Amino acid sequence: MNVSTNVPSSGHAEPLAQRLAELRGPAPQRSLNARSLAALAANPGCHRRAVLDAAGVDKSALAARLGRPAPFGQSPFAIARGVIFESRLKADDYAALLEPLRAHLGVPADGGAPVQVPDLLHRSGPAVRADRTVEALARAAADPDAWTLLDHPMLRLDVAGGTAYLEPDAVVVHGGRCTVVEIKSFPVLDGGADPAKVGAAARQAAVYVLALQQAAAALAGRPLATDPYTEQRLPGSPRSSVLLVCPKDFGNRPTAVAVDVRRELATTRRQLGQMTGIGRLLAELPAGADFDLAADEDGVPTRSAEELAASVEAVPAAYGPDCLSTCELGFHCRARARCGDRVEQLGRGVRGELGSIRTVTQALAAAATEAVTAEATTDAETGPDEAAERLAYAAALRAEALGRIPVAGRA
Amino acid sequence: MSLLTTLARLEAVRSGRAEPLATVRHRHLSDRPMVVVPLTAAGEAGAPLAVMLGTDRDAPRLHLVPQPLNRTLRFDFLAELAADLLPYLESFAEDVEQIEGSEKDPETGEKTQVFRELCADAPQLIVPNGAGVRHLALLGRSTRFRRTVEDDEPGPYPAPVRVPLLGRWLTHLTDRAQVPGTSLLLSMTGLLARHWATGQSHLEDQHLAARLAWHAPPRGLTGAEAAERAESARDDRGQLLHPPAGPATDPRFDEFVLAPAIARYDAATAALQHGVEQRDEAAAERARAAVRTAVEELREVLTAVLLPTWRDVWHGLDLLRTLPPAGHLAERWTGDRWSYTGHRDRLAAGEPPQPRQDDAVTAARKLAQREREQARLDVQEALDDPLAMAGHRLAGEAFSGVVTEVVPDYDTTGRSPKPRPLVTLRTADRPHADLGREAHRVRSEAEGGPAAQKAEIAAVDPAGGTITLRMLSGMGRKKEPEPGSLPEPGDLVTFTLFELTVRQSAPLPEPDDTPWTHGGPPGAAPVPAPSVSEEWE
Amino acid sequence: MAEMSTEQAPGAAADAAVARILAATVHPPAGAPRGVVVDSPPGAGKSTLVVRAARELVGAGERLMIVAQTNGQVDDLVGRLAEKAPELTIGRLHAADSRPGPEVLKHANVTLSDKVADLVEHDVVVSTSAKWQWVRAEAPWRHAIVDEAYQMRSDALLAVARLFERALFVGDPGQLDPFTVVGTEQWAGLSYDPSSSAVVTMLAHNPQIEPHRLPVSWRLPASAAPLISRAFYPYTPFRSGTGPDDRRLTAAVRPDGSALDAAIDRAAEHGWALLELPARHTVRTDPQAVAAVAATVRRLLERGLTARSEQGEAPLTADRIAVGTAHRDQAAAVRAALLTAGVPVDQAAGPAVTVDTANRLQGREYDVTVVLHPLSGRPDATAFHLETGRLCVLASRHRHACIVVARAGIGELLDEHPSTEPVQLGVPVTFPDGWEANHQVLDHLTEHRIRLR
Ligand code: SF4
Repeated sequence: MNVSTNVPSSGHAEPLAQRLAELRGPAPQRSLNARSLAALAANPGCHRRAVLDAAGVDKSALAARLGRPAPFGQSPFAIARGVIFESRLKADDYAALLEPLRAHLGVPADGGAPVQVPDLLHRSGPAVRADRTVEALARAAADPDAWTLLDHPMLRLDVAGGTAYLEPDAVVVHGGRCTVVEIKSFPVLDGGADPAKVGAAARQAAVYVLALQQAAAALAGRPLATDPYTEQRLPGSPRSSVLLVCPKDFGNRPTAVAVDVRRELATTRRQLGQMTGIGRLLAELPAGADFDLAADEDGVPTRSAEELAASVEAVPAAYGPDCLSTCELGFHCRARARCGDRVEQLGRGVRGELGSIRTVTQALAAAATEAVTAEATTDAETGPDEAAERLAYAAALRAEALGRIPVAGRA
Repeated sequence: MSLLTTLARLEAVRSGRAEPLATVRHRHLSDRPMVVVPLTAAGEAGAPLAVMLGTDRDAPRLHLVPQPLNRTLRFDFLAELAADLLPYLESFAEDVEQIEGSEKDPETGEKTQVFRELCADAPQLIVPNGAGVRHLALLGRSTRFRRTVEDDEPGPYPAPVRVPLLGRWLTHLTDRAQVPGTSLLLSMTGLLARHWATGQSHLEDQHLAARLAWHAPPRGLTGAEAAERAESARDDRGQLLHPPAGPATDPRFDEFVLAPAIARYDAATAALQHGVEQRDEAAAERARAAVRTAVEELREVLTAVLLPTWRDVWHGLDLLRTLPPAGHLAERWTGDRWSYTGHRDRLAAGEPPQPRQDDAVTAARKLAQREREQARLDVQEALDDPLAMAGHRLAGEAFSGVVTEVVPDYDTTGRSPKPRPLVTLRTADRPHADLGREAHRVRSEAEGGPAAQKAEIAAVDPAGGTITLRMLSGMGRKKEPEPGSLPEPGDLVTFTLFELTVRQSAPLPEPDDTPWTHGGPPGAAPVPAPSVSEEWE
Repeated sequence: MAEMSTEQAPGAAADAAVARILAATVHPPAGAPRGVVVDSPPGAGKSTLVVRAARELVGAGERLMIVAQTNGQVDDLVGRLAEKAPELTIGRLHAADSRPGPEVLKHANVTLSDKVADLVEHDVVVSTSAKWQWVRAEAPWRHAIVDEAYQMRSDALLAVARLFERALFVGDPGQLDPFTVVGTEQWAGLSYDPSSSAVVTMLAHNPQIEPHRLPVSWRLPASAAPLISRAFYPYTPFRSGTGPDDRRLTAAVRPDGSALDAAIDRAAEHGWALLELPARHTVRTDPQAVAAVAATVRRLLERGLTARSEQGEAPLTADRIAVGTAHRDQAAAVRAALLTAGVPVDQAAGPAVTVDTANRLQGREYDVTVVLHPLSGRPDATAFHLETGRLCVLASRHRHACIVVARAGIGELLDEHPSTEPVQLGVPVTFPDGWEANHQVLDHLTEHRIRLR
């Protein structure tokens, strides 16, 4: 998915959009992209991420300014290979793409009509492109026998009171319905693929499906079905299975696999729905805090690194180690979590055993207390925290096993 | 993660150094392990770029593919790798011992004595991390079906002769690595994770250098600081001071170091080809020198990014060798030796390469084996290591304490009375000891060895911190228990609520008898011929 | 969504389904597939169906083997068969080291043995799949019934399928899936993945089999069936066999104004109550939540409730109440708390409250259940706690009412839960998603919330 410009939609959302634009400063706005979606899925509870994404702040640039740049990058070899792979797909009138798609839709291989590839005005601005996509989609859906391939269409999605523009790799229209096509460069080997990568692709594709569902419902003048699992069979509405196109085995030949994204769709709907709560988060921001990354003519940044750090700090984070691979601010937030002595630095899972204990110091203090024996503290209401008690017990067992204290029970 | 592990991690956060998770070493380490550090070319599934390997830490050998997209060069690489690795793998095949066993004649049911060969030792490969294991599996998958010039129909791109054999070995080793507790192929991050806790998360522990930073942080740095430096510190050219342990390389290395070096190699080979085509000997000679220089340069840059990891793996081995070996290591290693011997025999018998996918029966057998070995590993680690047993005690699945009382009692329902004494112990543990639940006494070698001694929970007094067990077995056949078969007051004893022996898996049909519920017998389809798409392009 | 005939009375719809299933099982048309699959939502008469199928198969001159998954299930089934079909001779095959309890022996038509040779002449032989795997039989049975088939693992079916020619597979697809503790990724997507459910494998290899469905839950009251159907069986809906007025819970003792009593009254009236404790992150055995569960159970008994249903009227005694938890240590803590409160929990000593984990409550039925919500007090949700089947089992054991005890904050916890599940190619997506199902149930429970301070 490409980066494009967010345009605030009209109406009640105006003040919100205005506030978000102020937070961002004059820097160009970053729209929802694959990585921000991944970060949303990986950490939907993080307010910091939510605010930065809603404001369209360039988190990569921000991370660099904060002194801990994001470690993400792509090897030129991988990029080159991706380019070769996509070009192969387009060869021979998209034959490599249509063949598996026909098989998937159960349409005879010599499907009759040749594929139409309408011009989607790729040089125009996102709004124009989106309108054009809507038109092309409607026209394609009107003729059930036709095969239409929308190459890099532009979709609108209403998120948090604004409009995000999304650009899927391709959408194929046939039989009055459309199918999202997601092209990835990880291989499908012996019919299987890296489940983490397939999962990420499915979540990404689900966003497109949602955008197409909204579009089809709007076109039909109907509300979007409330039940997330329902497939509304409206003209031009998307199928809930998407087509993942990947290189096959060790080669560069494409293979297409259908992936059912109904689950991801339900999740995405809920998560994007929550983003509307952004106003509440903004209200808690201290006055004067912003994420302005711009510089004046002399290249002097508007905000110093300290000011930026303070603004970032003002929005509560929900750091977990998976942030390191999903969010540009991962290294920064880890450093903050470590400074804050938070137990989450060890992984989200550890909290499950620590109850209300939130810091390493608290945990170790609990562990250091005299091991509580079985008869002590049976009063559920007033007894010390169970977690603390278990930690003390664990510490006693550990010390015994490591030969650090006399054997328990020998006394 | 168990609370004990979390506690160790918390301690590591405070101390700034790795903290022990084991009191003994739970994986076999060979005297002569083969350390293998592979690198892969970005963007290509499992395409090799280079490998550094060897059994001598002072003499690593490097093999590389100067242009990863070139099939011939890749085959050259694989041939070199096969020539390097196979002799090591095969060097354990000759020295065998004869193991006596008995075989049942399927017709008569008569048992006959047989001898089977068991290799006295087996190879051991150590790679830096789990991704390294997966890379070797991909290499095995991509090479074991290759045809060679020796095949009847070698196809358009025959591979060097020993390459498919290498693929079959790699497949065997990576498959075996899926079985819990085995040691033919191990990752260093996995080994370290079993034995020490760091003050960071499992995810961060996948980075070998970051993980090792917790073991020996440079002066003045905490483990966390040293780890962050290993993860992200770069020189003034933007290159990581400590390259990642692979198999993926750092994108910025690809962009600023590797890509230019490969481009120079490409230019030199193009010039060479041009010279040869033009029959310009002098130019060709110059170009040949340029190719050599370019390869040399690639060698240098790849050595530079591989050496730190190479040293890290050996450093990890040093750390592990400081721990005494666990009691059951030899037993599990014997299983590995059988696995090695079995593969040796299948190769000798001329069996086809392992199929791409297991059939239904093979998959079920492998699953049964993994579950059995996991259960065995859990039990053996608990018996070998008080810290592992502590985990079970914390989970309420075991308890230790001092015997306070032994009261003789008898089961008189049978023809002759049997001893059923009551043993009471004082413990601070709080096991899930429901009345009547079966318990198993842990006995050291001296106390009657591993033979199980069963008991059942007879009384629990949480307030008094005592548990009473009725002993049910392991006391001999007489009315009175054999001397020494029971603990005495003052003895420290441990009971588990899980069995200390591992149950056999139920028999499964032969693949040819696969039932209709599972698709019937797998078709007698021959090994699929590699299609063109098998090739890296 | 599949169509459901609403005009038909529940009894008639269920009878029609059962008749179709029995016909397909006992008199399969020539060329019919070798398996019949019945998907049964909670309390839809699965056990009754198994007994009827057994009788009819034996009546048609067949000898029959029955495979269940746990010893408890086998004993239940043997007891029911022995009672409802006294004309059958029943063999109970057991493992050498686990002789069934005395209840099984009280039936004259049941024979116990650990050797199948002693039992082959019986009309019906029942055992666990684990035991059947070891049976070496010369002459296989023609017919088998596989009970709780969705809990059976594919590899277990692989080991026993040689024993029969045809089989009726009965189970609840919404309950807990089988699992393993070792890595199985390499088989994901294979039709015969040994770690998947036996029914899934069998259906993949026999695509001509159309699973039958039991459309009516006789257990779940009208207050529960729609929610459970929507949340856990979104594509295979079912309904309650009883109407809103058919089930009544009345208390002899008036409420004392406490939150506990309010929750009990709420549950008695609406079938559901959420007893909510203040938000707090706790360990699994949250002492306050455990205490609240125990106190609720005690009040249920103290208030002398009467359960009135289409089956008549009975006092709500301890044995008609169950407490469900996610973890064993939680169950142990609740049991201890109940003992302290003087509530009987030892079945051997007379009527007692059942306290168990979801895994062990599968297939069981009570009048009232008290559930410690799997996500209560958790700082994080895990795949284990979100597993659809776990909540489904816990929320569908009751005939009258279900009281859920939980700390506030589950909604936020769910919303903050990362949704980064891996996706395996070729593995059919199972519905619903645990996260979505949890939300649906929580939304419903929130309408019946009583705050405990
Ligand atoms: S890295 Fe920081 S901002 Fe990004 S998701 Fe994690 S906690 Fe939130």
